[in-house]
Amino acid sequence: MTPEDIHEKLKTELGEEAVFDFHPVSTKDRDAWLQVAPFEIERVCEYLKTTKGLSFDYLECITGVDYPDLKKIVVVYHLYSLTQKHRIVLKVFLDREDPTMPSIVNVWSAANWQERECFDLLGVLFEGHPDLRRLLLPDDWEGHPLRKDYEEKEEYHGIPTVRPNPIDLFKIQIPAKEAKAS
Amino acid sequence: MSEVIFTNEMDEEMTLNMGPHHPSTHGVLRFIVSSDGEIIRKAVPDVGYLHRSIEKIGERNTYPGYMPYTDRVDYVAAMFANECWASACEKLMGITVPKRAQYLRVISCELNRISSHMVALGAMAMDIGATTPFPWTLRERERVNDLVEELCGARLTYNYHRIGGVSFDVPKGWIDKANHFLDLFDPAMEEFDRLITLNDIFIKRLANVAVITAEEAVDWGLVGPNLRASGVDWDLRKADNYSVYSELDFDVPVGKGQHGTVGDCWDRFDVRVKECRESSKILRQALKKIDEHPEDDILGKLPKKLKPEGEAYARVESARGDMGCYVIGAGKEEPYRCRFRTGSFTAMGIIEAKSPGLFLADLVALIASLDVVAPEIDR
Amino acid sequence: MATEQSLLNLMAPPKGWGSPQYKDDGGSVIQTNVDTVLNALLNWGRSNSIWYMLFGLACCAIELMHTGGPRADLDRFGAVPRPSPRSSDLFIIAGTLTYKMALRVKRLYDQMSEPRYVISMGSCSNCGGLFQYAYSVCKGVDQIIPVDVYVPGCPPRPEALLEGLLKVQEKIKSEKFLQMRYGASANG
Repeated sequence: MTPEDIHEKLKTELGEEAVFDFHPVSTKDRDAWLQVAPFEIERVCEYLKTTKGLSFDYLECITGVDYPDLKKIVVVYHLYSLTQKHRIVLKVFLDREDPTMPSIVNVWSAANWQERECFDLLGVLFEGHPDLRRLLLPDDWEGHPLRKDYEEKEEYHGIPTVRPNPIDLFKIQIPAKEAKAS
Repeated sequence: MSEVIFTNEMDEEMTLNMGPHHPSTHGVLRFIVSSDGEIIRKAVPDVGYLHRSIEKIGERNTYPGYMPYTDRVDYVAAMFANECWASACEKLMGITVPKRAQYLRVISCELNRISSHMVALGAMAMDIGATTPFPWTLRERERVNDLVEELCGARLTYNYHRIGGVSFDVPKGWIDKANHFLDLFDPAMEEFDRLITLNDIFIKRLANVAVITAEEAVDWGLVGPNLRASGVDWDLRKADNYSVYSELDFDVPVGKGQHGTVGDCWDRFDVRVKECRESSKILRQALKKIDEHPEDDILGKLPKKLKPEGEAYARVESARGDMGCYVIGAGKEEPYRCRFRTGSFTAMGIIEAKSPGLFLADLVALIASLDVVAPEIDR
Repeated sequence: MATEQSLLNLMAPPKGWGSPQYKDDGGSVIQTNVDTVLNALLNWGRSNSIWYMLFGLACCAIELMHTGGPRADLDRFGAVPRPSPRSSDLFIIAGTLTYKMALRVKRLYDQMSEPRYVISMGSCSNCGGLFQYAYSVCKGVDQIIPVDVYVPGCPPRPEALLEGLLKVQEKIKSEKFLQMRYGASANG
């Protein structure tokens, strides 16, 4: 099925408040995507997985993107169907100060670790997730590094985070570029 | 006065810590295992000991300059990560790759698939307890390393593919050397089969251990040989028909449960052994067909400055399954966001679900059969 | 004595190798010429049976496995891999060190018994490697533990790691082992 057909089916079944803002394939967006309202994501995913013609049984990727100028954090879902061989991309726009949305762990179990990583690196809170804690960074790390305004700390448990440049440290002389041949 | 705490003496639950430093080759992984004697109640993985923030670094490097970092996303099968990043950028910028470059990509990737499976199979045999197959597979890997070193200059982190093609063409006499390697490799795989794959003890250790059914595999997002061993016939080389795989003739091995149930650890081992043979077949065909295309036509036309806008998702069939790259460009020379979706990341999620009821030695067999490597999980 | 001299020549390190770590304490109990021969013998034994701890973290771990593999063989130098820090002399740190792992590295290093040596293999453990702008990578393992030999490369070839091992052997051969072990305690 083409992305336009999928969008039509979703619109008729779930309404305009849930799925909106469809972007077809263009030179900018190489995969067609559509926006989903944050608190409807579970209904939409359940419908996409269980309907006969759509049967999106494979959650490929959950990505979090930070847009500080739009003041939004976008969570992007790439869904694929192994039987029908078609793909759809869903995007959920969340408020940057309070990024909360429901979790889709009950639909695909693969979302478990992907959502944990999104929480760890960007700070998106997924309601209903069975075990939302840091995955890749140490448990006592402060901040969410993949945000654009993340500042690195000076040291971590006494280990300095910056290594001095050997050229400054050992006072190495770099030969001048314009050395006139005698 | 000290307090005396009474515990239930019949309850033997204890918490063990496996890792992060342990004599296994899968990298730095840690498992917190709570077990009742020898039988596991729950095994919780703790990852992140190799988190090198490769995705954050992508936001400050240029598109072509990011290629060496993609090697480190999966260093055992680095060619696939290179190809994944190159495909994503080519899809984003609309660049076509010449045919000879595509053949070179297929050749280098299939060689890398062989060497990656050699590490996987040898490490799995060593984890079960058989220490001989590991040096045998390292011997084959050394031969592949020699070939690839002549081609691109590096033994492990290749940095061979470029956006729009590859970086070097084959040197003189390389194709004959590659064919000679394949003539030595096929009997070596037969010997390996006789030694370990059909070995009674090996089968008894691995058959019917940690069975993953097809529905569970798809639900948990398993890909690659793990998914094929559970009976799902899914290979991106046949399904997506990307690159020049449509011109090459090969089969896709699927687990059949020959010595146990479909989807047990032995199936995952056997699928990888069969894939090595298929790669050898693909290589022979590709090495013949590459000379039909003009020499030195290895890089497509690129714009002077790469400043794309938009987003794209591309995926390749890596040795560990489906590796996808999602890149967002914002009109500057650096990407806005690049994300790698790797097969080992989702495979780790299933370990916690499958571990109750296994013995500790079976947990080691499960982790080894899923072929997880730490850099793919942590990036 | 000609035989003793030629034996010492075989086991002596090349000129120029000092031992900055272990100073000669001067007033040691053992003062005869025998201690030079004994030192050389003990150092010869120690350097030809360095047992290293398998500490492969990242890409360099694969090259470490290749170095212990069939072509470039570490076993012919007497070096066998040991899984535990308690029973190893050499700590080869192969790969990138992250902050999460750094605390464990310190603990493992503390568990090794003296005399212990450290090889830092690869760019990532020498100085942070190509991850200078990463927020979670420790810029060099020598910020946590003292390093004896740095092996450059990304990843270093097995032959490069063998050269690193040979340098550790030279360092061991130039040490005054008896004074280290027994001299200081005699002086109280």
